[in-house]
Amino acid sequence: MQSEKQYIDLYGSCRDMLFSHSADVMNAVRDGAFADFSRQGLPTRKVERYKYTDMQSLFAPDYGLNINRLDIPANPYEAFKCDVPNLSTSLYFILNDGFYDKALPKGGLLPDGVIIGSLCKEAAKNPDFIAKYYSKIAKTTEDPITALNTMLAQDGLFIYVPRGVKVDRAVQVINILRSDVDLMINRRVLIVVEEGAEIKLLFCDHAMDDRRFLTTQVIEAYVADNASLDLYCLEETHAKNTRVSNVYIEQQANSRVNHNIITLHNGVTRNRTDLIFRGEGAECNLSGCVIADKEQHVDNNTLIEHRVPHCTSNELYKYVLDGKAVGAFAGRVLVHHGAQQTSSVMNNRNLCATKEARMYTQPMLEIYADDVKCAHGSTVGQLNDAALFYMRQRGISLKEARLLLQFAFANEVIDGIRLEPLRDRLHYLVEKRFRGELSRCEGCKLCK
Amino acid sequence: MARMIIYSGIPSNSGKKVMETKSSDKNEFVRQVAEQKYEFGFTTDVHTEIIDKGLNEDVVRLISAKKQEPEWMLDFRLKAFRYWQTLEQPSWAHVTLPEIDYQAISYYADPMAKKKDDGKPKEIDPELMKTFDKLGIPLEERLALSGVAVDAIMDSVSVKTTFKEKLAEKGIIFCSIGDAIQQHPDLVKEYLGSVVPYRDNFFAALNSAVFSDGSFVYIPKGVRCPMELSSYFRINARNTGQFERTLIVADDDSYVSYLEGCTAPMRDENQLHAAIVEIVVKDNAEVKYSTVQNWYPGDENGKGGVLNLVTKRGELRGVNSKLSWTQVETGSAITWKYPSCVLRGDNSQAEFYSVAVTNNWQEADTGTKMIHMGKNTKSTIISKGISAGHSQNSYRGLVRATSNADNARNYSSCDSLLLGSDCGAHTFPYMDIHNDTAVVEHEATTSKISEDQLFYCNQRGIPTEQAVGLIVNGYAKDVLNKLPMEFAVEAQKLLSVSLEGTVG
Repeated sequence: MQSEKQYIDLYGSCRDMLFSHSADVMNAVRDGAFADFSRQGLPTRKVERYKYTDMQSLFAPDYGLNINRLDIPANPYEAFKCDVPNLSTSLYFILNDGFYDKALPKGGLLPDGVIIGSLCKEAAKNPDFIAKYYSKIAKTTEDPITALNTMLAQDGLFIYVPRGVKVDRAVQVINILRSDVDLMINRRVLIVVEEGAEIKLLFCDHAMDDRRFLTTQVIEAYVADNASLDLYCLEETHAKNTRVSNVYIEQQANSRVNHNIITLHNGVTRNRTDLIFRGEGAECNLSGCVIADKEQHVDNNTLIEHRVPHCTSNELYKYVLDGKAVGAFAGRVLVHHGAQQTSSVMNNRNLCATKEARMYTQPMLEIYADDVKCAHGSTVGQLNDAALFYMRQRGISLKEARLLLQFAFANEVIDGIRLEPLRDRLHYLVEKRFRGELSRCEGCKLCK
Repeated sequence: MARMIIYSGIPSNSGKKVMETKSSDKNEFVRQVAEQKYEFGFTTDVHTEIIDKGLNEDVVRLISAKKQEPEWMLDFRLKAFRYWQTLEQPSWAHVTLPEIDYQAISYYADPMAKKKDDGKPKEIDPELMKTFDKLGIPLEERLALSGVAVDAIMDSVSVKTTFKEKLAEKGIIFCSIGDAIQQHPDLVKEYLGSVVPYRDNFFAALNSAVFSDGSFVYIPKGVRCPMELSSYFRINARNTGQFERTLIVADDDSYVSYLEGCTAPMRDENQLHAAIVEIVVKDNAEVKYSTVQNWYPGDENGKGGVLNLVTKRGELRGVNSKLSWTQVETGSAITWKYPSCVLRGDNSQAEFYSVAVTNNWQEADTGTKMIHMGKNTKSTIISKGISAGHSQNSYRGLVRATSNADNARNYSSCDSLLLGSDCGAHTFPYMDIHNDTAVVEHEATTSKISEDQLFYCNQRGIPTEQAVGLIVNGYAKDVLNKLPMEFAVEAQKLLSVSLEGTVG
């Protein structure tokens, strides 16, 4: 299959249009990205990191692209009803790939100097600053999807937290997918957290229309010395949605990153997370929770690179697979030569509830330093019979007992979230999800 | 200033003494150790008939003709060769496999040729006899006390198979595969290529085209093989490749334990070794396969050494069948080896125990595949990697439970030990689970030798080098315990020799 051809042709015919509706900084790398994409093509399943998700068939259909930046009418508040009670957030919207500036939170919510806004506009205002970070860790030479995104992305989100500023209130960003035709979206996010700064981000994906959406997303996050970034991603879309998200994080000395991806509803999801430690004493927690049934497909692919000594990484991914769902987890911890005193733990636990559900797991360690403590564990299995029996003995029905155990299983990941109201909300959502009461995003009338 | 005194153990082949050296002498001492380390590096001066270098259809035909093979065998080889020509050398393993010039290798070397030409009764050249004596391989029945039947293979030809007659009394066939093709064509035809088809991979195709000798074992129904069977492989001739093929068939209710050992002389250039081992295990039968692999690993600068590219697979075809792979890998410049089990029969059980030691510039990518297809199947994987010097040691394994494999159970544990800051230890486990009743667990740890343990030994007067040997042997104990007695001793010795000079 030659799915990449339509994108190469598209670039050839629409190059000028792409350029005219974007910022110079983003245009500067476009041709390079195009060359990298043309050279690599879309990855086949023979490419190790794409072994479990067939990109060729995902990118084969003919999607529309909004290259001309037409205004798509939408009222995001109408779509967004999955509010988190008791969680006071600064709420922003991204409509497809563009920052929605018609519904900004009222002033005074963000500390001075913090910028949350359109990447394109910010790049026009501060080209030198953006150029320092844009498309630097998301290398187009190494990943064709990143190359495709860099070549087509015209706008996105820019988040900047200046030195020493702590943003107390969590920032919630709703990615709204809205279109009357099948649509491909190329979204770009750039996060810069300077020395000693702190921010908590919650990204939610939400589909407003019952259309096929194909989203490529590239997030680049730079976390400077002593800074802290919490990045929670919650996906609640529908079966026709395909999401390919590449997250790149670079951590400097003594920084801390919490990255949590929760997939409750989706069609095909592929999350790639690449994290690099550049400074000593940094710590990261990557976690993910997947609850999938029907024909959902969720593939999490992570790479943690320990380039310097004294860093700690923890990874925990849990899957509950029902129906004909397919889950894949491939995690790789790479400890470079000289990265002594590294401590790394990777865990992947999976529950298969039906015969048709499939789980692929691949926890990998690659170690070139001797004074390290690295461990990984991976299991695929079922609920503990003894625990089920214990509960039934005490008058709890089998169905209820199963729910309780599955719920407890998934909660280990959710408990790692450092926003209490969000944690409560997720507990609630996950429980409803297991009960089958949450067959779509709550309160949403549009998607089926 | 206090003078530094270093105590170091002397390698086992020079006797167990403790030597005192000044630190300035230490490099000299380490150099000596490194040089002495590979004790099987000698060559045998024996007349060997070697065919011209190069690989083409004529060479395949020539090998087949030299072995006086029937037509069907030649067809098999040619099919494999034609398929091989369409393939490219794989590059996915975590090793730096050099570009091998397949035309620069001779594919057949026969150290027995002279005797045959003389038309005298077939007897073994005393030089050859000496070689195997030196290697400690009992070729004479006078060594019957050892209780091991041996098939000794030098270069491309089986030199001698001992205890053949005694085994025949029980109906056991133990001979070289060349003899088996002549004498038991039906059996060979039925099983050869049935576990590892020639289309399996690049090296399997190459082996199927040019394999020269190897062992064939058939254990009839209900027979428990009374002694350990063993084959010993030796590469002697220069610029030749060894392509042996082993086929073991254990019929219903039978049992056999099979050992395999290998060595090669020290040479500057890489030698190619691409073997295939196929095992068929039928109802209620059990096979134990143990390997102590000690091919020449190259010198301390990574020059020379054997490229060990092996396909080993067992198929548990019968119900309640059992197969156990145990391997101690200390040699070879590059190891590319994944002894696998296909658990077809219901209630079948498979085990894989491995210790892989790499030192200097050695690279090993080894592990196993457990394919669960039958119901209630069980597999265990215990892998211990030890890397030192500048070596790279990888575990690569696959556990697959198909949708029919109800109640499949797997436990994998892979530990790596790092000695030195320039080596690498890697784990690449794959798990594909297509069944909701399967339970699969994998765990792995990587660490270095604990300072506490070393200090404890030092305190009690055990020098660091010996202490490392002690700790490593303890670490590998789970696997060494699974080896038959004779091998366990050899393996322990090998472990300590392989790691000489890594600490200090």
